[in-house]
Amino acid sequence: MDWANIIDNALRAFIGLDTIIYALAAIGLNVHFGYTGLLNFGQAAFLAVAAYGLAISVSISGLPFGVGIIFGLIGAVVMAVLLGIPTLRLRADYLAIVTIAAAEIFRLIVRSASLRDQTGGSNGLSAFSSGFYDLNPFSKGSYGFGPFVYNERDSWVLLVGWVLIVLASTVVWLLMRSPWGRVIKAVREDEDAVRSLGKNVYSYKMQSLIIGGVLGSLGGFMLALGKGSVQPDLYGTELTFFAYTVLLLGGAARVLGPVIGAALFWVVLSLTDNILNQAISAGYVSTSIMTSNQVGQIRFILVGLALMLLMIFRPQGIFGDRKELALDGR
Amino acid sequence: MPAQADGETVQGVLRNEGTPVPGVNFTLTGAGGFSGQATSDATGKWVISVPGPGQYKVTLDAKTLPDKVTLRFPERNPFTTTVNSDQTKSVIFALGKDTRVTESNADQALNRFAQGLRFGLLIALAAVGLSLIFGTTGLTNFAHGELVTFGALVAFFFNSKLGWPLLVAAVLTVVVCGAAGYLQDKILWDPLRRRGTGLIAMMIISIGLSIFLRYLFLFFFGGTTKSYPDAQGATSIGPGSITLTALDYLSMAISIVVLLGFAYFLLRTRTGKATRAVADNPALSSASGINVDQVIRIVWIAGGALAGLAGVLLGIAQQINYQMGFQILLLIFASVTLGGLGTAFGALVGSLVVGIVVEMSTLFIPAELKYVGALAILIVILLVRPQGILGRAQRVG
Repeated sequence: MDWANIIDNALRAFIGLDTIIYALAAIGLNVHFGYTGLLNFGQAAFLAVAAYGLAISVSISGLPFGVGIIFGLIGAVVMAVLLGIPTLRLRADYLAIVTIAAAEIFRLIVRSASLRDQTGGSNGLSAFSSGFYDLNPFSKGSYGFGPFVYNERDSWVLLVGWVLIVLASTVVWLLMRSPWGRVIKAVREDEDAVRSLGKNVYSYKMQSLIIGGVLGSLGGFMLALGKGSVQPDLYGTELTFFAYTVLLLGGAARVLGPVIGAALFWVVLSLTDNILNQAISAGYVSTSIMTSNQVGQIRFILVGLALMLLMIFRPQGIFGDRKELALDGR
Repeated sequence: MPAQADGETVQGVLRNEGTPVPGVNFTLTGAGGFSGQATSDATGKWVISVPGPGQYKVTLDAKTLPDKVTLRFPERNPFTTTVNSDQTKSVIFALGKDTRVTESNADQALNRFAQGLRFGLLIALAAVGLSLIFGTTGLTNFAHGELVTFGALVAFFFNSKLGWPLLVAAVLTVVVCGAAGYLQDKILWDPLRRRGTGLIAMMIISIGLSIFLRYLFLFFFGGTTKSYPDAQGATSIGPGSITLTALDYLSMAISIVVLLGFAYFLLRTRTGKATRAVADNPALSSASGINVDQVIRIVWIAGGALAGLAGVLLGIAQQINYQMGFQILLLIFASVTLGGLGTAFGALVGSLVVGIVVEMSTLFIPAELKYVGALAILIVILLVRPQGILGRAQRVG
């Protein structure tokens, strides 16, 4: 058992690409669910729209990288509006079902073979990230110290990702201290009271959906650029469920909850994967119980279990406040 | 086997009604005056390497075709194709007459309708349970799909691993799944209800349970799709253009009988009426003396059993894999919402509509998008009539 390797991987997972992606997705979800009480289970669609907006503009239409980003962001806003129109007047469980359905519709459409010329079908698209890497100020080489050594491309991705996380968290912090934020939190607690004070609840919810969607879509950009490709199956319901687990783990309705949740989540998954893989190759765990192919499935079993246990025993997560959770009403 | 060329190539396999055609010459021209040629080998295969990505024109030399073999689309020769970087581009030159049989539109529509009816009846079995669980306990159970998958897997275990006949396996599966439903409520949902856990929290817990169970199934069952040994090799028995097998008709008959039996139970028996009362308004039913806890227990046993039966029938219809239940979960939700959340008959009506729409939509849209139709129904019905067809007009927002 190479414990040094296991610890190093876990430390790298703490700040790695997956943490960045899920932190951004969960920050957006925090605005939706943590602060406004909207049970948006289609967050994967926002990430997908941003990623595909960028990929299609650059690799199919040949537009420059900056334009691709703008199209991705516009796509996120449009998706929020389209999602919001039928659903924001609905009760929480209906909202959850419809948002999952909408995200699945988007995924099935971009995945379909008949649109392969526009969307790349089930293989997806690549060849859109050169504009991003052209902006890289790091020259060729390795950077970092200790276990955190990365080449110039990965260093750039991590730098951009964490800068985005800091920016997004600051935006959320400023918003939620403002009068707008107070109305949003009031909507979460008691919509009818807010309505009786003369506020247009529907409009506030839509604004929250758009802002949370745009913040979450930044995660989509990082996923596409970090991996260098977009593939439809990466943006399925599992992405949304992981984002919820991350959010609930760190603590909903807390600015840094999503970030800490994401980091911890991926550290735990990295530890489990590596420990199990090494235990199997070292023979501590016999292959009749588990083969190394099955180790990846353990992570999903753990996530499902974690989500259940979190909601049953500690729904406020690590840093959250129980009183601020939108879990008791319908 | 010819070696795979590095870099970019243009190639193809030449066949006439299944038989390879060797000895046919191909020439290729491209940018910068590049030209190449190849001759199809004994397996009909021909390969031409090209210097880089770009557009190329391939010409089949029709004089080298054997006697009486002609191109099906002579206007497509020569054929221009684009080769991308590092791509092996396949070009097919079709020979001989078109041997595909196309059905008339009416025949296809009839077949799709029959398939839709079968699919709808199957969804109905799962949807009725989900709707009643929602009505009596308020829980939107995202793990219901896993009850369906569990049914299919248990029946597979009985039929394939233990070798028992499918009918016996199916009956036992229904019993096991009824017990599973009862246990799920007793161990998880009942304690949570007593504790006063909110409905949103319970819904998220059901999502966690769904992920947990699905990947547990993957861990133990594996990721490959399998089928029941007893259900393989069936042929369709019509009538006419309908491609249903004898087993399919039997499945439909079983679904109809079970649904009718359950309808009788709900309408005519005392417990059934109590169930409908609790599903409609638990507080009022309790106040009028109905034992709500007992009704909920019955609903979970029946819901589990029906979902298990749905799983077995789904496994016969479209084979078994670890996420089959999850894939139809959204369709079940669409059916239940369309018919009216909380009513059993609404679930039945909604399921039939969803099943028929899903199958008949393949006449107009690509088959891989057929579920999109059902999901679109879900969104539209929530805009237009959120309580569903048979639901009572109450606030859903």
